[in-house]
Amino acid sequence: MKPEEMEIMLATDCGSTTTKARLFRRIRGEYRFVCTGEAPTTVEAPYEDVTMGVRNAVREVEELSGIRLLSDKGIIVRGSTKEDGVDLYATTSSAGGGLQMMVFGVTKSITGESAERAALGGGAIVMDIVSTDDGVPLYKKVERTRQLRPDMVLVAGGTDGGAIPPVIQAVEILRIAEPKARFGAAYSLPVIFAGNREARKQVDETLKGRFALKIVDNLRPSVELENTDPARDAIQQLFMEHVMSHAPGYDRLMKWTDVPIMPTPMGEGMMFQTIARLRGINVIGVGLGGATTNVYSVFDGKFVRTVSANLGMSYSICNVLREATMQNIIRWMPFDIDEGTLGDILTDKMIRPTTIPQTLEELIVEHAVAREALRLGLAHHKFLARGLRGVRPPESLDDIFERRAAGTESYINMLRVNLIGGTGGLLSHAPRRVQSMTVLMDGFEPEGITRLVQDSVFMMPHLGVLSTVHSEAALEIFEKDCLVRLGTCIAPRGIPEREDGEIMNVEMTMPDGSTRTESLKLGDIIRVPLEFEEVAKVRITPNRECDVGEGPGQAVEVDVNGGVAGVILDARGRPLRTPTDRVEMKKLLLKWFRALDMYPKEALDRFEKEVG
Amino acid sequence: MSYAYTPGLKVKKFTLVSKQRILPIEGEVIVKEGDVISYDAVVARTHVPGDVNMIPLFYILGVEPYELPRVVLKKEGDTVQKGELLATTKSFFGLFKSEYRSKVGGTIELISDITGMIGIRDFPVPIDLTAYISGKVRQVIPNNGVIIQTPASFVQGIFRVGGERHGEIMEITEPHVELTTDMIDKSCAGKILVGGSLVTADFLKKAEAEGVKGVVTGGIRRVDLTKFLGYEMGVAITGHEQTGLTCIITEGFGKMTMAKHTYELLKSCEGRLASIDGATQIRAGVIRPEVIVPYKESEISDFKEEEDTLAEGMYPGTRVRIIRQPYFGAIGTVDSLPAELQQLESESWVRVMTVKLDDGRNVTVPRANVEIMEE
Repeated sequence: MKPEEMEIMLATDCGSTTTKARLFRRIRGEYRFVCTGEAPTTVEAPYEDVTMGVRNAVREVEELSGIRLLSDKGIIVRGSTKEDGVDLYATTSSAGGGLQMMVFGVTKSITGESAERAALGGGAIVMDIVSTDDGVPLYKKVERTRQLRPDMVLVAGGTDGGAIPPVIQAVEILRIAEPKARFGAAYSLPVIFAGNREARKQVDETLKGRFALKIVDNLRPSVELENTDPARDAIQQLFMEHVMSHAPGYDRLMKWTDVPIMPTPMGEGMMFQTIARLRGINVIGVGLGGATTNVYSVFDGKFVRTVSANLGMSYSICNVLREATMQNIIRWMPFDIDEGTLGDILTDKMIRPTTIPQTLEELIVEHAVAREALRLGLAHHKFLARGLRGVRPPESLDDIFERRAAGTESYINMLRVNLIGGTGGLLSHAPRRVQSMTVLMDGFEPEGITRLVQDSVFMMPHLGVLSTVHSEAALEIFEKDCLVRLGTCIAPRGIPEREDGEIMNVEMTMPDGSTRTESLKLGDIIRVPLEFEEVAKVRITPNRECDVGEGPGQAVEVDVNGGVAGVILDARGRPLRTPTDRVEMKKLLLKWFRALDMYPKEALDRFEKEVG
Repeated sequence: MSYAYTPGLKVKKFTLVSKQRILPIEGEVIVKEGDVISYDAVVARTHVPGDVNMIPLFYILGVEPYELPRVVLKKEGDTVQKGELLATTKSFFGLFKSEYRSKVGGTIELISDITGMIGIRDFPVPIDLTAYISGKVRQVIPNNGVIIQTPASFVQGIFRVGGERHGEIMEITEPHVELTTDMIDKSCAGKILVGGSLVTADFLKKAEAEGVKGVVTGGIRRVDLTKFLGYEMGVAITGHEQTGLTCIITEGFGKMTMAKHTYELLKSCEGRLASIDGATQIRAGVIRPEVIVPYKESEISDFKEEEDTLAEGMYPGTRVRIIRQPYFGAIGTVDSLPAELQQLESESWVRVMTVKLDDGRNVTVPRANVEIMEE
């Protein structure tokens, strides 16, 4: 069927914990989201059949929509009678932990890093990176490689025409260790070689008969050039051909779908790329899931995706605790809670990941963890979103004076990020949208003038896979039903020397013509109501030590968009510093929460009474 | 009404337990269908490949990598013994000679004329797979393992650390009492201690020192788990911890009174041999730890398996346990399942149920925050 003839489309996402079904339909000439159904994912023991979870989720959609979607054979694709079923069924998947890859390179900071970017860009979680120069004894590299059970291996290394032996050494480690594939013990592990083209023959001879080898163009043909696309495409192809076809139940699911199954983060990433491309802006996106935190950036047209494999809100919540530290999580709570109790709450969430907060205190605990997961996820992302290492750029005066090593700093300049978008259960299910806006602000610390959006009911991966067939429908639904415009954050970079001094002055001309002037000191935060589709004219004059985009002390005049949370004037300073004294911090938090109307007033009064 | 796979914990007086025992790689199954075997019987055997030693032989001998095949006296696939001459070189008209004797025994897997490395894999390590539970071999999976079946009492826990263990069940205290070190004495050696609401790291360490095989109790604090393990747990995949005993938690983290039904069933098994098993893995398709107390067929005259209510979903009358605050640990019966979304204290709108708790209270909780109790 031609895309323009499609009227009803169904997409699912088989997540690590939950399978989410979304139904889309053309209504009065417009493509719209209709309803949703969810059920636990069933890819692992004791069920070991992903289609059971898909059926359960789709059955909920059947009940809500009144359309018969399931038959004994699977999803009903409509025939000419157009009575039951859908015109298109597609799915994404991160079940069973998603696509898990090992990466081999020669130099850790050059080919290793490029290979990692290629694997992450292809929608994978990188389990480990083994490089010839990492200083780890050979036997340990072999041991590590043997212990892991990846879905796929990417081998890079060497520039075209460079030395061959270091590349072959990496390949020999792989051959000797012979790691076994995670699913389907009987099949050959897929290996992609994207290294020195002169080494192809020897690589083939070394791995022949032991692995399913695919050779593609070098992802680092020269030190100055990175070319990850061929490796990324090969990852996609092998993901379908080898990995998915061996995962429990996927052979059947592949027959149900009209288009290839796509890794969830790939679908999410496509939609963030779409926003950036359509609007010509710099974007940071995040998928805050139960097991992983995926961060995407499109900066000056360059797309980078990272997965923090063990930072998540349920299955991996204790890893956030471990990496962020108890003190950093507890600082976001305006009430007394001892470390032991908090540890128990989070460990209980880890072992019962599908539970949801019933009390306000437990909701605040989850928001606290989310801020830290985002903070750590962005730090990880910035580490990879940087210039090519090993390249010596032309020296500028700055370089001479600051002696910066080439490529060691992230090119992501938060002052130049125009939009931050979030998706994932915690953000989508936040009872007040201002909560998700604040969690994103506190985790990412936007600087200057930044719009914030979120996925309404978690459908970005679905729209990503749908866009491969019907981009017009995907975009229409994305704009109308998926994107929730949270609002705009105005936050100067820098902290003034005099902490009691003004950090910025903001003059706003509201849509009704009225004006509003706010003078903010360090630590202040103000929420100005401004509806979605409304625009206010704003003049921001920062303190001479602060910057909102035009340089320290330079005023900026700009039109800002509203949203469900309005415009937030954030003078808490960048970087955001929080007091170490608990009482002081609790008072500050309560001030911020009240200013933002973040939680019910009665609860904040109760917490205030406790602080005294 | 949607069919929900609500995770729950099984607590069954009589059930037919089947355990699949599979070798890590193919090997030889040494029992046959119908054999009645003990938990410690070896059911299958194999040899797992040894570790690999990568040796930069070109560097040691002072030759170019491409010369390696010429100076190595063996070829790929040959075996070599520890101390055996592996390579020799001659130079300056044969006057100077250097040689290399293998420091390990094994199979030569790689002789690389590109990198000059040689790879020797240690000789295979024999692995014996035991039955784990006493019972009858129901099925042999050729070259891979067996399925063993037995009538048993069966209790699922929520979380565990430590490996597979066996021991006699011994009740140590009432379900609401915190476990203290003075409860442990020499009579506990070799036993699986059951009961209590909270176990501490000190208790576990003393029990370990006294030779206790396992502890099954209601709760543990995260801080005690960290102290006992010596590291912080980040992800809920357990089973490979190097601990001297296995600890199974039946309810959750913090002080949690062990469910009455669980406690009473375990107490009724006092003196019987139990197997404790099951790595905890929390993901889609949860794997929970288990206590299995097998029975000989002759011990049960009219064995009747209890129905598997977990698979039936939730209905008014289903027994449930609440697994999140503010009613964490409370047990009751589903009273109603309203279709409409309702608002919680957290302000979230979710699907809820009302539960009549055993203490008489009637409470409303999110459907996601209960698990079915199979009693």
